[in-house]
Amino acid sequence: MSTAEQLQDLSQESAPLDLSERTDLVPIFIMGKKYDVPSTLTIQKALEYAGYQLIRGCGCRGGICGACATVYRMPGSPRIFVGLACQTLVQPSMYLTMVPFFPANRAVYNIDEIQPDAMALLKAYPELAKCMGCNTCAKSCPMDIQVMEYISAALRGDVERAAELSMSCVMCGICASRCPAELGQYNIAILCRRLTARHLRPKAQHVAEMVARIESGAYEEPLRKLITADLETLRKLYVEREMEPHTAPEMWQPQEKTYL
Amino acid sequence: MGYTQELMQLIKRVEATRPARVARKKAGQEFPALSLDERQARLEKYHPDYRAGGLRELKVGPSKGYALAKEIADLFEARSRVDPDKIDLKEVHYETDTLVIGGGGAGTAAALMAQEQGARVIIATKLRHGDANTMMAEGGIQAASKGWKDSPYFHYLDVMGGGHFENDPELVKTMVCEAPKAIAWLESLGCMFNKWPDGKLFTLHGAGTCRKRMHYAGDMTGAEIMRTLRDECRNRLKDIGVLEFSPAVELLLDDKGVCSGAVLYNLETEEYFLVKAKAVVMATGGSGRLHIQNFMTTNHYGATGDGLVLGYRIGVGVRFLHATQYHPTGAVFPEQAEGLLITEKVRGAGANLLNIDGDQFVFEREPRDVESASIIRECTDVAKGVPVPGQAGKFGVWLDSPMIDMLEGEGTVEREFPAKHILFKRYDIDIARLPMLVYPTLHYQNGGLAYSPDGTTTAPGFYVAGEVGGGVHGANRLMGNSLLDITVFGRLAGIAAGQFVKGRGDVDRLSVEHVRRYHKELEDAGIDTDRVSPMLLPDYMTPEVKKRQWTTQYVGTIR
Repeated sequence: MSTAEQLQDLSQESAPLDLSERTDLVPIFIMGKKYDVPSTLTIQKALEYAGYQLIRGCGCRGGICGACATVYRMPGSPRIFVGLACQTLVQPSMYLTMVPFFPANRAVYNIDEIQPDAMALLKAYPELAKCMGCNTCAKSCPMDIQVMEYISAALRGDVERAAELSMSCVMCGICASRCPAELGQYNIAILCRRLTARHLRPKAQHVAEMVARIESGAYEEPLRKLITADLETLRKLYVEREMEPHTAPEMWQPQEKTYL
Repeated sequence: MGYTQELMQLIKRVEATRPARVARKKAGQEFPALSLDERQARLEKYHPDYRAGGLRELKVGPSKGYALAKEIADLFEARSRVDPDKIDLKEVHYETDTLVIGGGGAGTAAALMAQEQGARVIIATKLRHGDANTMMAEGGIQAASKGWKDSPYFHYLDVMGGGHFENDPELVKTMVCEAPKAIAWLESLGCMFNKWPDGKLFTLHGAGTCRKRMHYAGDMTGAEIMRTLRDECRNRLKDIGVLEFSPAVELLLDDKGVCSGAVLYNLETEEYFLVKAKAVVMATGGSGRLHIQNFMTTNHYGATGDGLVLGYRIGVGVRFLHATQYHPTGAVFPEQAEGLLITEKVRGAGANLLNIDGDQFVFEREPRDVESASIIRECTDVAKGVPVPGQAGKFGVWLDSPMIDMLEGEGTVEREFPAKHILFKRYDIDIARLPMLVYPTLHYQNGGLAYSPDGTTTAPGFYVAGEVGGGVHGANRLMGNSLLDITVFGRLAGIAAGQFVKGRGDVDRLSVEHVRRYHKELEDAGIDTDRVSPMLLPDYMTPEVKKRQWTTQYVGTIR
């Protein structure tokens, strides 16, 4: 039976034959096939409830790894909806498919040598220039990222802006699957973020200084003393260690400076 | 959706006490922290690790007699998926210098460093490259990077105190001394940490820290580190191959007992493949998906402790597996977010924990185990937990995130916790205005395979890095030390394995004698079981569905 027929059938349908304990079942269509699942579940848990053992399309189960990109439609609506299966609740009569993988172009580059400008980005990803500004990418982003905005920032060489706008990208690939200009937006985004952190923002001097101090051996002896200390001494040192107050300013300094 | 009417009524009590709590915080007055003895008493009475019947002594293997979580003991006392009598060891499908098992942060760092030693590398991973607990770590990465107020000395003290002074001191020393180097490395690879305009890194407190040394990238620090490391791997694809959906199910040794590869299982085509390698780095992470004591978990789908089993079968002992970390703040409402991690950074930024009356009952920056035990106490003996709607008998406590905007200025929650803010917004809950309902959730495997600071183990050619290893965190890990652990020990194990490869000639004959011996040991100990391990994937199948699968065969949890 086609999805449309199944949908039509719904209105006349009585309770499912399997009289399970759950009274809150709703019909969803997984790749066009109808399953009755509890209404409180996410799409991911609904797939498992229906009998799928997930191999692809399931990673962190917490909305950050981007493994479970899902596309769905609702009856009567012309729109395409998107979501991460682990984060999106089922809705009655939704019909869905997962897009566990979608190929995208990825350039190979040397992060030390590549320049943070539009030229370098266009060389790595010439298709960047093909963006036609349709905004389908942004409309299909499950993380509500202004994808087209960061693509245009990248195109005009504002690498840092592209980095900031794309920070919460989970690289699920739905943007790439929908792009009529065939961009792989998320790969361009991570290049912008790495360029920003590597070349555009000043290096943390204090880290380099601390590395040098450690390599000079300055902490060897104090640490040896701690390693060989008995439990009582260690507990005392721990309890008496000076706490930086929660509201202390950045440049706060402790009274005790011997072991800095 | 949003909160139910009942919960909204209860939130009024939280709002009633909030101004006074914020004023106290601003004046530097904190809820009194527990003394070391009080901490111990609370743990013994309320922490799940101390519950009767939770642990079981191992009957076989290098750590025979050691009592650990019974869910892990079940894995150890199980048969291999590989039949030593049937396997054809001459048919090798892949050859490489270093085989890295696990595609999370530790494995990827190891792969990059091994490659820099000149080794060819294969990463074998169960899910996609990067679908790992590293990706989910939110709060930050510790390092004593600010010389005007901090040093490895103080970091060392914090780590030891958090771990109840039982940690392996040499591992701790290595971790705290390598920490600033790890930050510098990540910075040079292009990890976008939060910074001041002059390049100085933002740092915050975590529970159990005496100095603000938690470096972070919003509330997706782990994701930022993971995707950067993965991206760098993809730049080196000439030397680093990645086999996804191909978990290791057994290690291979040579006839002298040197680790020489692994048997992989292609989850999609259900074929087994042999990889021959001159060194193996085990970096499979933790075991939250074993749902120890039936706790919900923050862990990713593949966290089933595979590497523990494989390492144990070749004779590497385990430690600190009696101690499981329950993160104090897992979401319990709404139901679909259950178990989800609410980063400790929320408490680090000042949010109180509150009972049903809106009152504080614990200092919000106690070490994780103490904090969790205190929440369990409040919801049981004290009986001041907040009932979770629709789930009879379940309780939670409030995590008062709106305080953060009052302390640090309007917009802080949205800026500092963008991922959580969006996530709860989807459920019509604005965490800048309303508190979150939380309860402890299974979060981290404190212990694991025994290893030395350079990643070496008692088994030659076999290296360990990250959560699968045990010792550095003692019985309780502090926030921000897991991302540090995987970066530091991933790098070191990669370097050591890359070096080892250079001195080793061609791998001669492969062997699975250790599997035969292990099976014999099981039989001798009277363990007659059809359990198989590693588990590979948890079983979330509906029992009714399974009943109707008339012709389906399961080996363990896998079809």
